[in-house]
Amino acid sequence: MDVTAPVASIGRSTLRTIAALGRLSIFTGQTLRHILLPPYYPREFWHAVIAIGWLSLPVVGMTAVFTGAALALQIYAGSNRFGAESVVPQIVAIGMTRELGPVLGGLMVAARVASSIAAEIGTMKVTEQIDALVTLSTNPMKYLTAPRVLAATLTVPVLVGVGDVIGIMGGYLVGTSRLGFNEAAYLKNTFDFLQFWDVGSGLVKGAAFGFLIALMGCYFGMHSGRGAQGVGAAVKSAVVAASVLILASNYLLTEAFFGS
Amino acid sequence: MIELRGVSKSFGDFAVLRGVDLVIPKGKSMVIIGGSGTGKSVTLKSVLGLIKPDSGTILVNGEDVEQAHRDTFLSHFGMLFQGGALFDSMTVWENVAFRLLRGSLKRPRGEAREIAIDKLRRVGLRAKVADQYPGELSGGMQKRVGLARAIAAEPQIIFFDEPTTGLDPIMSGVINDLIREIVVEMGATAMTITHDMTSVRAIADKVAMLHDGVIQWTGPVGDMDAADDPYLRQFITGSAEGPIEAVR
Ligand SMILES: Nc1ncnc2c1ncn2[C@@H]1O[C@H](COP(=O)(O)OP(=O)(O)OP(=O)(O)O)[C@@H](O)[C@H]1O
Ligand SMILES: [Mg+2]
Repeated sequence: MDVTAPVASIGRSTLRTIAALGRLSIFTGQTLRHILLPPYYPREFWHAVIAIGWLSLPVVGMTAVFTGAALALQIYAGSNRFGAESVVPQIVAIGMTRELGPVLGGLMVAARVASSIAAEIGTMKVTEQIDALVTLSTNPMKYLTAPRVLAATLTVPVLVGVGDVIGIMGGYLVGTSRLGFNEAAYLKNTFDFLQFWDVGSGLVKGAAFGFLIALMGCYFGMHSGRGAQGVGAAVKSAVVAASVLILASNYLLTEAFFGS
Repeated sequence: MIELRGVSKSFGDFAVLRGVDLVIPKGKSMVIIGGSGTGKSVTLKSVLGLIKPDSGTILVNGEDVEQAHRDTFLSHFGMLFQGGALFDSMTVWENVAFRLLRGSLKRPRGEAREIAIDKLRRVGLRAKVADQYPGELSGGMQKRVGLARAIAAEPQIIFFDEPTTGLDPIMSGVINDLIREIVVEMGATAMTITHDMTSVRAIADKVAMLHDGVIQWTGPVGDMDAADDPYLRQFITGSAEGPIEAVR
């Protein structure tokens, strides 16, 4: 056996990864350019706002309410050990707004939206609809990618905001019904404690996650392989890539906002 | 005028086109015939810039398609894809009127819809299909919607990839007449791929046969039957015996 084979294989996969990163950067650059420069497709944009934002509300709401409720129970159990049960409202609020709201909401939206975008665009690709767009003088990046990425970047923060409220409500319900907190005091503690940047940082994260979700959906859809198998692979890659990027960028953003 | 000079294209190590030379004069109807998988669709897509040839040049009205400004260039083109390639997220009429609803040819929706319905009638479809979705139509109906979309903006150059495949004989006749009419009345340049020899005779001014990555034979349709090229002979007589292998 050729002794250089393992090295060659490492080299090949490294080159492939670098090439993929290069393609992705170019794709990102083009997307940003097409979002900024006319022509714009407002119809496509509104469709995307409905599909990505409005229709994700139930999923994000469910995620938030159960997360907030579980969080309240856990914080209570933990803080009980050193007699600090009264911090439940504050920790639930900060946990939801800074971390769990954006991250869990983002992951749920990734599962829902990155997959559907990749499947839709991938199918368009394999059935030559993308080619047809080009021959009809319509740039697919402008017509398909730009509206979806813009819509996701703008609507996911709103979803995160709604999720924050619902999550805090989930904690409130458990706190007041199961853990014996006074209703007015729970709310007062929550809102006196929360600072603008606790919520704001979560919304900024939401915008970044929305951008990544739609970008991954569009990128893998546009680069889908042939046939049903190609579309299936594109969907899987889009969801995996979006989820990993959400978790990684969440760490980086948290470090940037609250590190030091 | 469309001119292909030495156009080659490989996918991996499979050479599909190996130096295609072809001239389609302005306002003429060129029909490309050839066995399945010989690269006819790849040839059309190369002219449109959807596939980038490995070598060779393609000139449209004297201009190199690689250098041309893509939007202005494509605004003169209409293309019927082999698979229809209809947008399944929009209704039939929105598909047909796609170009008329956005971009430089944009006009009011009502007017665009009127034009779409008129084009649908020309391909033998009732106005009632206008509000259906492509998925609700039969294969042959989808094909005709694709055809209506290709001609909707009255392009100067029209490509038809197997316009009559999957249609009944009467409908094929209607479509053949329509293509002929578009060339004669609108003065459009047409390039049609077909396997149907009746269609070839009905719509062609010139015929080209693609085989083994090159143009094996080309000439006026009138010379086709008298030509003594063995490949062409085998193809038009539909014989299993001859230089073209049945397994490829
Ligand atoms: N994007 C692609 N990637 C890889 N191979 C391709 C691609 N497009 C076409 N081919 C190959 O090129 C060859 C020619 O394809 P093409 O679609 O042009 O055939 P065709 O002459 O139109 O055949 P048919 O009459 O069956 O439509 C085929 O073998 C096909 O597998
Ligand atoms: Mg073909």
